[in-house]
Amino acid sequence: MANPVTVFVPRETAAVSLGAHEVAEKISLLDDVNVVRNGSWGASWLEPMIEVVIGEQRIAYGPVTVNDVDSLVDADFLNGGEHPLRIGPTTEIPFLINQERWTFWRCGLIDPLSIEDYLAHQGFAGLQAAFKKGPGFVLEEIKASGLRGRGGAGFPTGIKWQTVADAAGEQKYITCNADEGDSGTFSDRMLMEGDPLQLIEGMIIAGFAVGASKGYIYLRSEYPLTHRVLTKALVVARDAGWLGPDIQGSGFDFDIDIHLGAGSYVCGEETAMLESLEGKAGVIRYKPPLPAIKGLFGKPTVVNNVVTLGSVPLILKQGAKKYADFGVGRSKGTLAFQLAGNIKRGGMVEKAFGLTLRELIEDFGGGTASGRPVRAVQVGGPLGAYLSADQLDTPLDYEAFSDIGAMIGHGGIVVFDDTVDMAAQARFAMEFCAVESCGKCTPCRIGSVRGVEVIDRIVQNDDREKNMILLNDLCNTMIDGSLCAMGGMTPFPVQSALNLFPEDFTK
Amino acid sequence: MATKYDKAIASELIQQFGARPEMLVQVLHAFVKRYGFISKEAIRQIAAELNLSRAEVHGVVSFYHDFRTEAPGEHILKICQAESCQAMGSRELTSHAESTLGVAMHGTTSDGNVTLEPVYCLGNCACSPAVMVDDKVYGRVDTEKLDGLINECGG
Repeated sequence: MANPVTVFVPRETAAVSLGAHEVAEKISLLDDVNVVRNGSWGASWLEPMIEVVIGEQRIAYGPVTVNDVDSLVDADFLNGGEHPLRIGPTTEIPFLINQERWTFWRCGLIDPLSIEDYLAHQGFAGLQAAFKKGPGFVLEEIKASGLRGRGGAGFPTGIKWQTVADAAGEQKYITCNADEGDSGTFSDRMLMEGDPLQLIEGMIIAGFAVGASKGYIYLRSEYPLTHRVLTKALVVARDAGWLGPDIQGSGFDFDIDIHLGAGSYVCGEETAMLESLEGKAGVIRYKPPLPAIKGLFGKPTVVNNVVTLGSVPLILKQGAKKYADFGVGRSKGTLAFQLAGNIKRGGMVEKAFGLTLRELIEDFGGGTASGRPVRAVQVGGPLGAYLSADQLDTPLDYEAFSDIGAMIGHGGIVVFDDTVDMAAQARFAMEFCAVESCGKCTPCRIGSVRGVEVIDRIVQNDDREKNMILLNDLCNTMIDGSLCAMGGMTPFPVQSALNLFPEDFTK
Repeated sequence: MATKYDKAIASELIQQFGARPEMLVQVLHAFVKRYGFISKEAIRQIAAELNLSRAEVHGVVSFYHDFRTEAPGEHILKICQAESCQAMGSRELTSHAESTLGVAMHGTTSDGNVTLEPVYCLGNCACSPAVMVDDKVYGRVDTEKLDGLINECGG
């Protein structure tokens, strides 16, 4: 009997949404085959992308559906045979090899639920370095790396951790914000499904640095597959002594619970998330006090995004300088950009800051899926400004985007072709805010409802001039008077649509 | 999905989290999983066992989209309404679903098979438009694929 051939079939939401489970099941019935469920490499346009291990190489085929398996067998795919779906070695796919993988380097490569695989790929090396060199070293190293919060706000992670470390109190918490609600974003999900142990390691390191023994992952309920993978990963880590009391004989205790969100967008705002973690309605809190001083259950709390925490282990393993060498200006390191919407080659692209939007959309993304011209791009989720095709040469760094009144946020890029109705998009921004507002402050709660009405009147040419003035006034009230980004930033997509695409409002 | 309310089992659902009020959102998830919705009876019992007022529990139930207070259909079909899916035709897909099923968003078909709901992002944005049937996500859904999914729900 020959050795079984290993075939990787992703267990990742995008791949599974296109039939990866059925493909895996059918391939596992073949003789002498060992199916491994990996995460996704991020080339979502090729999903389900399966890989056959031949010698040192992994030969990719995709997109594979269950109906293709018979013809793949006929083409002898287990020996790398020719087939219309054969892509070639994974290490030669331009979409992947032109990236700069830091946080996602193991994503797709390993079996996410195998502790052996994780350890064989530098797993827990960052934590071991932390244990060896102490909390003070970790804090300095994270500050030196220039890592900023990847959830959207871009606050320096090291400074946040230092604040929690310096805060008085025995009980402190690490909370991971996995309420990835922005349309066009899925990098948190991909990391949790593809390399959950790295997130766990990042949270343990954060706990060690600030003196917290308890962590929570606040996961959105729209990610049921992620929930299953994460839940198993916690068990795997605990069983191997990498989570729980006295981790690997270090004397440091740390454990993690998962709490599910319940379909509320505003719970991605950090204080609303803390309320929800306490079992309450996700109504935002006034700041100050900052969560770092008074957070979960009133205790000093780190609130970090999944990708932020996931970037930490390798920074400790490789050194802060190596991470800071990526990027430009004050935007250090890499960001997992997500190409979404009307895009030919959608997926996740981890690159150093500084490339342009055009490089991402045209070189990686291959333009629109429809083949029509790009007309508008929304970057940074539903609260991010719309950009026109003339602005595609803007470099992707926090400051350059801020200069044009836009934001990078969590790195989601949603592309629209020339069939888009920008008045409808502006209306949707207000409508979404009305649905998702937590209701605490008036500009957001009432302003969003009035915003929908005013846009409707403008589009119907009902006293247009006066209503335009009213809409701008309303937007400014929301920007200046809202308590959080929900009401405070909803006007950005509205005003950018008005400024860049006025013709859509006067049809 | 519909299971008859049982006080002893409901109590187990609450007690599995140690009857801690901070676990209320997780308790409510457990109820939706078992009963499909949060009944008045459930609110009363949860409030009593977590030492909260009924108003407090109701406030949390009504805040979150996941916690419906009426029994849904046998299957729940969610169509993403967010920007990425809009860019790939989710508005048309939604109209198609509404006319095929003969219900508007949040409605349940007269045979009780399908409840149609909006969802704002399933995180499958590179494969838009996305829909979810019960807890399974589907990507690159066109009208033909959606018809197939609706048919499966009717079976």
